[in-house]
Amino acid sequence: MAVSSKIVVRVEDLHKRYGNEEVLKGVSFAVRQGEALAIIGPSGTGKSTLLRCINRLTEPDRGRIFLEETEITSPHIDINKIRQQIGFVFQDFNLFAHLTALDNVRLGLMKVKGLSKKEATERAMHELARVGLAEKAHAYPAQLSGGQQQRVSIARALAMDPKLMLFDEPTSALDPELIGEVLQVMQHLAEEGMTMIVVTHEMGFARSVCHEVIFMEKGVIVEQGPPDQVFLNPRQPRTRQFLSKISELYGGAR
Amino acid sequence: MTPLCQIFADGSFLRLACDIAPQLLQGLGTTFQLTIFAIGLGLGGGLLLALGRVYGNKPIYWLSTAYVQFIRGTPVLVQIFLIYYGLPVFEIRLDPLTAAIIGLGLNSAAYQAEYFRGAIQSISRGQMLAARALGMTQFQAIWYVILPQALRLVIPPWSNELIYTLKYSSVAYLVAAPELMYTGKIIASSLRGPGAFRHFEVFLIVAFIYLVVVLVLSKTLDLVERRLKIPGLEMR
Repeated sequence: MAVSSKIVVRVEDLHKRYGNEEVLKGVSFAVRQGEALAIIGPSGTGKSTLLRCINRLTEPDRGRIFLEETEITSPHIDINKIRQQIGFVFQDFNLFAHLTALDNVRLGLMKVKGLSKKEATERAMHELARVGLAEKAHAYPAQLSGGQQQRVSIARALAMDPKLMLFDEPTSALDPELIGEVLQVMQHLAEEGMTMIVVTHEMGFARSVCHEVIFMEKGVIVEQGPPDQVFLNPRQPRTRQFLSKISELYGGAR
Repeated sequence: MTPLCQIFADGSFLRLACDIAPQLLQGLGTTFQLTIFAIGLGLGGGLLLALGRVYGNKPIYWLSTAYVQFIRGTPVLVQIFLIYYGLPVFEIRLDPLTAAIIGLGLNSAAYQAEYFRGAIQSISRGQMLAARALGMTQFQAIWYVILPQALRLVIPPWSNELIYTLKYSSVAYLVAAPELMYTGKIIASSLRGPGAFRHFEVFLIVAFIYLVVVLVLSKTLDLVERRLKIPGLEMR
């Protein structure tokens, strides 16, 4: 599906400091509807902090963030209303440990969106089927593999019918053989036109699925562009160094 | 005395047990009443205190912490005496049973608070984050995600607390609340004639009743724990 010109999320001059360390030093970018944006870069450069600022799980110190026309950094906003519209997928899944897969997906629908149990169940089963886990609906998180847990957590986020999906290193906690099933779900999502921001070390995914790539280091955006440009003709020497180091480690963009 | 007991020989241990059983069981009823209300009061209070210590702002945190420290740092008997003998100074007069229930309940709240706090804090931070990311308020997240897990984890230590409370309820005899221990004491010192001075046997019977109740309770709680068990959810 094509990327439209409508802006879904816009980040302006975002700053965040932890103690003496400034993790984000003025980050600005925008994501259009249907666009999949990959954020890559060395560990500890503020990528996850940036993502968590977008739904204000982490409060930014300075700067503004807009979801469509709404400024979500405004102090007058009901952040819980905003978060319902932004799906978040965590590195370590964070499925609710006391609930089955079905209840994990259903909980937000019933308690946050106020759907009836019947409606919520239908919706949840549909989302579980979408990630290929309908037959695991009654399994508890501990009875699922890491890849299955992550797919349930994607279904849980999708069920809320978000305008935007945020993925915080969704495959970093997975055994290598389980990464593929999660990336495949994400790829389908991107192809269906979901607007998404993906913090990832999966260069192959960033390159083949995403429309835009941001390379971040030390709290700033070093380089941004379409994947072919960033991966094949990086303009900044730092980008080049990072990519060659990554390809040494992981065997390049798969 | 009940004619039924005449099947046991006069003056035998079983005859004594049989004769005093109705009174003791009545005392046991009061012990149950005392324990149930005290543990209930402690459950509500303990939950609030634990939430105050984990999620409260500074004043709430300090207040709940000070409360827990005070209660855990002073004997339960002093607390009950403060309520029963102390409060009348402020024109608050409570009957012995009510004073004992409040005293034991306020005491248990502090201990339960610590068990709840431990359980809440053992739940990974990601659970709260995931709930908030769905758009839940902090209250919803605590109610639907944190507490259902914490309350399951807390069952084993909480079972101990219930059993302690049942046993400690015997101190209520010192304010003359008519519970099991008090009843035993009254019986032992009221026996006259050739049947007098049987304290050892009377208190042995009292001890036996406590023991049976405690055993039944712990078995039941074990069963509850197994019933509510969820794969992968255990104290780490």
